[in-house]
Parts: sequence; C-alpha cells; structure tokens
Amino acid sequence: MTDILSIAPRPSMTANKPLLEVRNLVTEFPLRTGIFRAVDDLSFSIEPGKTLCVVGESGSGKSVTARSILQIIDSPGRIASGSILLHQPDGTSLDLAKLDPRGRAIRSVRGRDIAMIFQEPMSSLSPVHTVGDQITEALRLHLRMGKAEARAEAISLLRQVEIPNPEKAIDRYAFQYSGGMRQRAMIAMALACKPQLLIADEPTTALDVTTQAEILDLISRLQKAHGMAVLFITHDMGVVAQIADDVLVMHHGVAKEYGPVEQIFHSPQDPYTRMLIGSVLKLEQKAEIRLARPPLDTTAAPLLDIRNLSMHFGDMKALDDVSISLLPGETLGIVGESGSGKTTMGRSIMRLYDPTAGEMHYRRADGTVLDLAKIGGGELKAARRELRMVFQDPFGSLNPRMTVSQVIGEPLLVNGIARGKNLDERVCHLMEQVGLDPTTRERYPHAFSGGQRQRIGIARAITLNPRIIVADEATSALDVSVRFQVLDLLMRLQDELGLAYIFISHDIGVIRYMCDRVGVMYRGKLVEVGEADKVCNAPDHPYTQALISAIPRPDPRDRDHSRRFRYTEPGTVKNGSSAR
Amino acid sequence: MLKFVVKRLFWMIPSLFAVSFLAFVLIQLPPGDFVTTYIATLASSNEVVDQNTAAQLRERFGLDQPMLVQYLKWIWGIVTRGDFGLSFEWQQPVSGLIWERMALTLVLALASLIATWALALPIGVYSAVKKYSIGDYAFTAFTFFGLSIPSFLLALVLMYVAAVEFGQDVGGLFSSQYETAPWSIGKMYDLLTHLWLPVAILAVSSTASLIRVMRANMLDELPKPYVTTARAKGLSEFRLLVKYPLRIALNPFISTIAWLLPNLISGSVVVAIVLNLPTAAPLLLQSLMAQDMYLAGAFVLLICALTLIGSLISDILLALVDPRIRLE
Repeated sequence: MTDILSIAPRPSMTANKPLLEVRNLVTEFPLRTGIFRAVDDLSFSIEPGKTLCVVGESGSGKSVTARSILQIIDSPGRIASGSILLHQPDGTSLDLAKLDPRGRAIRSVRGRDIAMIFQEPMSSLSPVHTVGDQITEALRLHLRMGKAEARAEAISLLRQVEIPNPEKAIDRYAFQYSGGMRQRAMIAMALACKPQLLIADEPTTALDVTTQAEILDLISRLQKAHGMAVLFITHDMGVVAQIADDVLVMHHGVAKEYGPVEQIFHSPQDPYTRMLIGSVLKLEQKAEIRLARPPLDTTAAPLLDIRNLSMHFGDMKALDDVSISLLPGETLGIVGESGSGKTTMGRSIMRLYDPTAGEMHYRRADGTVLDLAKIGGGELKAARRELRMVFQDPFGSLNPRMTVSQVIGEPLLVNGIARGKNLDERVCHLMEQVGLDPTTRERYPHAFSGGQRQRIGIARAITLNPRIIVADEATSALDVSVRFQVLDLLMRLQDELGLAYIFISHDIGVIRYMCDRVGVMYRGKLVEVGEADKVCNAPDHPYTQALISAIPRPDPRDRDHSRRFRYTEPGTVKNGSSAR
Repeated sequence: MLKFVVKRLFWMIPSLFAVSFLAFVLIQLPPGDFVTTYIATLASSNEVVDQNTAAQLRERFGLDQPMLVQYLKWIWGIVTRGDFGLSFEWQQPVSGLIWERMALTLVLALASLIATWALALPIGVYSAVKKYSIGDYAFTAFTFFGLSIPSFLLALVLMYVAAVEFGQDVGGLFSSQYETAPWSIGKMYDLLTHLWLPVAILAVSSTASLIRVMRANMLDELPKPYVTTARAKGLSEFRLLVKYPLRIALNPFISTIAWLLPNLISGSVVVAIVLNLPTAAPLLLQSLMAQDMYLAGAFVLLICALTLIGSLISDILLALVDPRIRLE
C-alpha cells in the first residue's frame, strides 16, 4: 500500500493575524533549593493552519511550554509572568495565562479551542475505560451532545484517523490497540471538538519510524482539512524538517532561535542551533574514526558464528532461523522495528534466554570454539566475562543504591579479580577511559546526566576486558548532541581494546555512523545482511526499502513523501495500518 | 468466565476437606481433651470426678474412639444431615450456637465496615489531592494516632468516659431488660444505642490504615499521564478525579474482600471480649480454650469457607471492574 501525501513547502511568517500569541512567558517550579525557571521569557506566535515546531533536548522546557498554554503544568509549576493570548474567531482575545488553572474559563478552552496529544499513547489513555468512552467524553462536555449522537460522532472520528472497523474498535480498551492505533485514538480524541490549535507533545517518539511517518501524514492531512494550527514538540530534527513552517529552538528554558524552517536548517544563526543541526547531519554519514581505519580483514575466522538460531515464546517466533556471523573487530548492526526480535537476539547471545534451536559458535582467544547455545555452568560463566552488554535505559540499568565505583567495580569483585586498593585503581582507570572524572566515583548514579550514566554502563561493560559487547539501543535514550559523543567513545574503545560490537538499534542514522555491516530484522527473521553503506543507501529487500523510506530526512527542502511506502509481507492479509 | 468460576468452585471442595481435617487435628493436638478441661474446671470448685465418670463422659462424647473415626463421623454428619455436632460445653447443637451469634456479628461488622469506608475513602482522596496541606497533616496525625493506639485500650478509655462522664450503659449490645426479650422496635433502638461504641472503636484503627492506603494509591495514580489527558480535555477537577484516578485507585480494595469475610468471625476478639459483645469471636476463643472441638472445628471450617468464597468474589469483581484482567 502506498501512502501518498505531498505537502508543498508553504510560505512562512506571513502577516496573518496569529491564533495564539505567547509573550514573555515565564514558568517557574518552586523547589526546596530555590525557584527553577523551566521557561524563561519566551515569546512566539502561531498562525491558523500553520505548524510551529518547538525543538530542544531533554530539559529544554519545551514540554512545560506546551503545558503552560493549557495551564496543566505538573505541580508545583506555575506561570510567573507573561501572557498567552488566544485570538478567537469572534475577534475577542483571551489571556490564558491570567485564568485560574481550575476555573471554568480555561476548562472551556481545553479540548474545545486547544487540544493536546501526548508522547506515551498507552499511559495517556485510561486503562479501564473504553476508547469510545474517552472520546465521547469531550464531545458531551463541550458540544453537549447526547449519548447516541456522541457515539456516532466518535465512530466517524475513528474512521477519520483510519482505525479499521471503527464500530467495533470504539468499544475496545487502549491496551487492545497497537502503539500506532493508540496514538490515532489519541488524535481522534483531541480532534473531537475541532480545535483551532493542536498541541502535540512528542507524539511519535514512542513509535516506530514507519508508524511515525503515518501519524505525521495523518496529522498534516487533518490539519489541512480543518485549517488547524499545530504546535509540535519534538527532539527529532528530521521530523522538524519534514513538517514545520516555523521553528523555535529551546535550550534550558530559553529561546535560542526562532524563525522559518528554511532559515533554521540552512542558515542557522545561533551557535546552539548550529550544534544541534550539526550533530544530526553528523549521523547522516560514516563516523570520521571509521573512515580513518584500515579496512576490516574479512578473511579472518568469525569471532561469533550464529547458525539457524530460533527462540520461541509459546507460539510467538521471536527469532526464526537466524544465521549471522561477527568478525573480530567488527561492528555489526541489527536494525528492525519494535517486535522484530532484535532485543531477543541480543539476549539470546548473552544466554539470558535459552534458545529453542540453533548454534552460536564463539571462538575464544586461544582458538578453541564453544557453542554458546549448549554450554552451562562454569563454561558459561567464563564466556560471559568475554561477552558483555550495554543497556538502553541509562536510568534503569544502574542500581540507584550503589555508588559509581561499586557499579563499575562489581564485575571485578564478583569474579574475584581485584579488591581493595587494586580494585579502586582499576575503577579510576576505567572511568578515565570512558571520559569520566574519577574523583566522582563515590557518587550515586542520580548525580549524573543521561550521557554520563551511559558512560558508566560502558565502563562496567569493559571492566573484564571483554571481546564482544552487545549494545542494545545504547544511545536511544540520549539527546542527539550526546548521542554521537557516546558512539565516538564506543569506537575509540573498539580501537584501544580490539572489541567487536553487536549494535542493536532502530535508528538508521546511528547504524550508518557506527556499523560495518548491518542485519535487518523483520518479525523474527533476518531479511537482509550487507555492508552498512549498501543497506542504508540502496537496500535490496523491500522491507528495508520501506524502512529507509520512512525515515524523516533532516532537510526541509527534501519533503517528498511520495517515495514513502509501507512494506506488506507477501502472502499475508493486511488488516489495518500498524496492527501487529 | 463461567468456566473459571465453576472450576474455582470445584477446587473449593478438596480445600475445604483438607482444612477441616487439619483444623480437627490441630484442635486435638494439645494434650488432654474436653473431659480433662471439664474435670479441671470441676476440681477448681472442689468437686472430684473419679476415673469411671471420666471414662463414661468420654464414651458419651465419643472421645474414646480414634481421631480419624471421630473426624469421619463429624464430616459425615455435616455432609449428609448438615449436622455440625453437639457443643460439649453448651450441650447445644453447634449450628444453633453459631447462627445465633452470626447475626449480631454481621450487623456489627457491616456497620463498622460502612463507617470505615464512608470516612476513609473521601479523607484518603482529600489527603492525596491536597498533599502537604494543613488538612492533610491533620488527617495524617489522626491516622498515626489511630494506628498506634491498641483498640482494647481505646475501648477501655471510651467505656470509662461513656459510663462515668455520661452515665451510659456500656458493654454488650443490649440493655439487661432486652437481652433475652424477643425482637421488637424497642430492642432495635436499644441495639442502635449500644452499637455506636463498638463501631467507633473498631472503625478507628481500620479507618486510619485505610486512609493511608487510599492516600498512597491516589498519589500513585494522580501524576499518571491519563489524568493530564483528562485535564487537557477540559473536565472539571472533581469529575476527572472521580472518573479516572479514583476508579483505578479503588481496585486494590476489591482484593481486600478476600480477608474481610473471615475477619467477620475471628477479627476484633480483644475488643469483643473487653466490651462483652455477644459476637462470634469470644465464642470461638472460648471453644478453643475448652477444647470444645466440634464447635471450634465448625468455626474454623466456616472461616475457611468464607476465605475461599471471599477470594472468589473479589476475583470475579476485579475481573468485572478491570478490563485488563478480564481481557488479557
């Protein structure tokens, strides 16, 4: 199925009367240690029918800005000063910043004039109410519809957002929907009362790229149909380039740059914007470190040779007859969307799962070959010292009750390799290797930023001089500016320690930057393996082509949506978009 | 769903047998039997019972037979005739004794349950929504107070205050003139005037703990994104509270039904004894002390049956209220 929708680049910053004008907005959070300014003297405006993207890294205050408009800031935040003028069709203006957050006036704006969709479609919908119940609620509240009328309207809304079988889907619960369908339901809910402004707070961050592309299409199509303005909050410059008319770049609560999308991408004025664009463009090509390397010895005996590996959970074939090999010193990328089995693959290699069938031949330093799928006990323990893992979540993967030196030193301690002063020295050395200050080793993980925590995780992985590191989405939770720093660190360590990486990611940019070869996974099967350049630029398999086509290009001049299409497995009946 | 219920009901039968047998064995485990206790009681009032009389008594009560035979006889009576046996101590059928007490126990338990929920749920929600406000602090202070005071102490103090300061008739659930009288409007009114004291005492500690649980549940739910979604839709604060977080925060309470029912019998023993309430708990304690095994056994069997039924009810209710359990 092809999903065609081309949006011609629109002239920006016209002299139309804006729909929403934010002037000198300051939002503060009174904390024990003082007042924290999440948004500091921010001004911008949105015109009807236009899209303003607010972009920034985590902690930039972009979400708080969105929530300030509707006065739904999480406690104890509050608007300290400034004005948020909503110009209504009848010519009157309403200053939302002056309204009581619990009052009737702001409540009649919420959901009717300005609606909002959120990042996590699962947790943003109530688990115990049907989707229909949550959509009709807004209709009955604002438009005073009767039960039957609201239900009919909700069904038509679900049809508009392309949910298959809306008559049945309306009585389902959010957990019975797939991720993409949940976000569609959220959009239906937000659009129920035909708002003039839709605020979308990272609406596609939790979704796969192909689903993201469909949701973005849907939003812009509905935007055109209703003449609605969109305030789109994201950290993804690719998405910004594809959908924005105007862009507001935020950093630490302050506007760094504000202007038409063309200017932001092609002649950025502010150094921070340039850095942000630069780090995105950096991921569009191979890493410099890799370009400087001698070519990989492809004749060497593989370090890890996976043959016909299968892992079934009940009827679900998470891994279905996968064969791939890893050369010494190589970085092998594994890409795929959620549910493709890429994480299962990493965990099976670590023997966190016991594979259902297949072999994993691991060549040890002395030349002997072990089948990781079969060994157990002491042999497995020994092998695990040489195969380490770096995890996705830099917050959840570090024990909050252990100091950094305990976290990094634990593998040495439990394997009886070092203790006391010797252990301390090695921990200091490891921290220096990953670019952390060893004097901070007695602190707890909460004192570190996301990027620093991921460095701690890497230091822990290299403690035992491993030979293979499985990195499962190791940079997905990081901001772009930090992302390539961590990738560069991994590659530097690769040169220093002679590591081989299995790099699992859904982000083609990261794969292109980092990997020598790539395996593409789809529903438990490995559909394509090849050189990274080839797979990222001219893939053979139609699924890979579809995947690559869905990635938003970080260039507003390259907005051709017509090349995008969704892959359907030959022989399967398609029952609706993004239904898995 | 129906299949699940039938299956659960079927599994109740073997569990009931197992528990009743265990209960029977446990009651008999201490050395001696009812006759020994009986002789000891008589001896304390200087009556001497000779060996022959004791043996006769044992034969009359069937205590001379092996334990297994006693158990089978007892169970056979229950299954075929609904006959729970004869209480040695009271010389009355066990079922009569229990049912007589159960009615009042039920009244008391329901009254304190309603009082608890009616107070605790709104206060818990208020405390969570207005976290760290003066009201929250006041209720928090009350809950710590209510949790840390032993209920028998509270019973003694309240009894003293009621009797000495207000000249009220405390203890028991009826005034003396109504105690053996048949049911009438007057007796009902008399019951109500006596009921408030035990209900208040029983409700204090359970209200206190329930407030804490409710507050914690609500605090877990309030920052969830779906609450923000509802707020962004323009719902009023009260409506969204009731519809979304409160609804989900109540789920854990449904699982408490499982131990609410057995608590009817065995709960609040101390308070019932201090206040001299004619409920089931003191009778259960007395029967255990006297090794009045058919009475005690019937109680244990009843507690067990109520536990099983209670957990079945709470499972069914949970599945009804929470689609995640029903459909996943």
